[in-house]
Amino acid sequence: MQIQQLSVFIENKPGRLAEITEVLAEAGIDIRAISVADTSDFGILRVIVDKPKEAVAALKQHGMTVSLTNVIAVGIDDEPGAFSKAVRLLADEGFDMEYMYAFISRDKGKAFVIIRMNNGQKAAEVLKERGFDILSPETLYNM
Amino acid sequence: MPNYFEPEIECASRETLREIQSQKLAAMAKRCYENVPFYRKKFDEIGLKPEDIKSIDDLSKLPFTVKQDLRDTYPFGMVAVPRSELARVHASSGTTGKQTVVAYTRHDLDVWAHSAARSIVGTGGTKDDFVHVSYGYGLFTGGLGLHDGAEALGATVIPVSSGNTNRQVQILQDYESDILCCTPSYAMYIGETVRDKGIDPKSLKVRIGIFGAEPWTEEMRREIENALAIRAFDIYGLSEIAGPGVACECEEQAGMHVQEDFFYPEIIDPVTGEQLPDGEEGELVFTCIGKEALPLIRYRTRDIASLTHETCKCGRTLVRMTKPKGRTDDMLIIRGINVFPSQIESVLLDLGMAPNYRMIVDRQNNLDTLEVQVEMNESMFADTVRSLERVEKTIANALQSTLNIAAKITLLEPKSIERSEGKAKRVIDKRNIV
Repeated sequence: MQIQQLSVFIENKPGRLAEITEVLAEAGIDIRAISVADTSDFGILRVIVDKPKEAVAALKQHGMTVSLTNVIAVGIDDEPGAFSKAVRLLADEGFDMEYMYAFISRDKGKAFVIIRMNNGQKAAEVLKERGFDILSPETLYNM
Repeated sequence: MPNYFEPEIECASRETLREIQSQKLAAMAKRCYENVPFYRKKFDEIGLKPEDIKSIDDLSKLPFTVKQDLRDTYPFGMVAVPRSELARVHASSGTTGKQTVVAYTRHDLDVWAHSAARSIVGTGGTKDDFVHVSYGYGLFTGGLGLHDGAEALGATVIPVSSGNTNRQVQILQDYESDILCCTPSYAMYIGETVRDKGIDPKSLKVRIGIFGAEPWTEEMRREIENALAIRAFDIYGLSEIAGPGVACECEEQAGMHVQEDFFYPEIIDPVTGEQLPDGEEGELVFTCIGKEALPLIRYRTRDIASLTHETCKCGRTLVRMTKPKGRTDDMLIIRGINVFPSQIESVLLDLGMAPNYRMIVDRQNNLDTLEVQVEMNESMFADTVRSLERVEKTIANALQSTLNIAAKITLLEPKSIERSEGKAKRVIDKRNIV
């Protein structure tokens, strides 16, 4: 059930993000979700795309450092308190989140959270048991 | 009227010096042949017998020694005396990341201490002075070299060691140090701290600065002299030969007098190896005619300098060398510590990383800074900031423990460092050292 997220190393310099996403555009890759973690001199671009393998190949061809990371995607009702219920559950069950980011879908009423944790598969099962919507890779890639 | 520590040597006639040197060289050649297998082999290879070396004029018959020889025989393969006779060891970092070790007998330490004492007296120091040593103490020769020199002179040593600049200033004020010894860049920093604290440098008793272990310019000398209201003197040394005191400026500030009864200098053409006359620039070479433990023959320093045998206005007849102008290779001196790009390379290789790197050397607040930019690759990459910061820290720690120098590590994208044909441009030195 885990989603393959691309992680790309980027130096903090003007235009770099544009250049990297242009590579994806040229390869006809559609971005589903995107997030950047940054420090003073480098950043990590995290991106979920419709065709992860092709995206990796395209980026590597342009000499970029890229890896695939397993994350989970949780669908959450777009209403107050829904997100906190999910993270409370994960906290109470003892899961350690490394990072997360969120996006809203075209369909009204749903928000999605991408979560990276070391025990993602297990966390996905726990969330699913409690009625949270866990997106399959196919669903997310073709969203 | 200038003072001398050992006027019978420092002001001896050239003939007397030649006699001393000739005797010592002949004895040294014999000792090397008998006690150092490395030299015996070298002599035998060129059919040289120790008795062929009768005077200092025979020096050019002898083979050169290079730093690699010390590395090849690491740690004590070049030592000419039994281990039990050694009194101390020091070490300097080598290009491969492996240190070269140097050893001293009690006699050698006395030779060195006398050299440093002559140096201090040459700058105008006396036995009544408080000598404030802010060089680092340890395997680095700076701290203990000046320490022993000041003691041999009978002066009072304040062994502060390096660091904690506020305390350095406090001690300058409270203990009334007369002579400050450190690297010139640290002297600049101390001078700035004095100014920042609103202290009038003229209110400090310190009057002499003895600075070395890194190249510095006349401009820097003037700045330090103004900042601390002192006279600043250049001291030269390298651990393979002794340490600080091998040569030092006198009050004339007109070149560094070499303690040539212990360390015989030559200038050679670095390509042909031919001896060059006075005034001509070339590679500085020393023969340790006065040492027991590590009697290096014609050791190539890779420093570029020239010599003059003219008697100095101070009355000393000891040959003078110019400030080393640069190195024959790409060694950097950062905060008084020798750093070779290849050391960075070997550290990265040891960590299993590709040696794609660039060194940015700069000077901030008058202290040298080193940034090492390292290209990222797949194997180092991980998805979290924390793990990448750990990569940076791992490299920084490895550099710190190998080179003894703090470096800021910056990770770069692959292929972002320009590749050049032939020798890579690994170093960007932004300091204003000519």
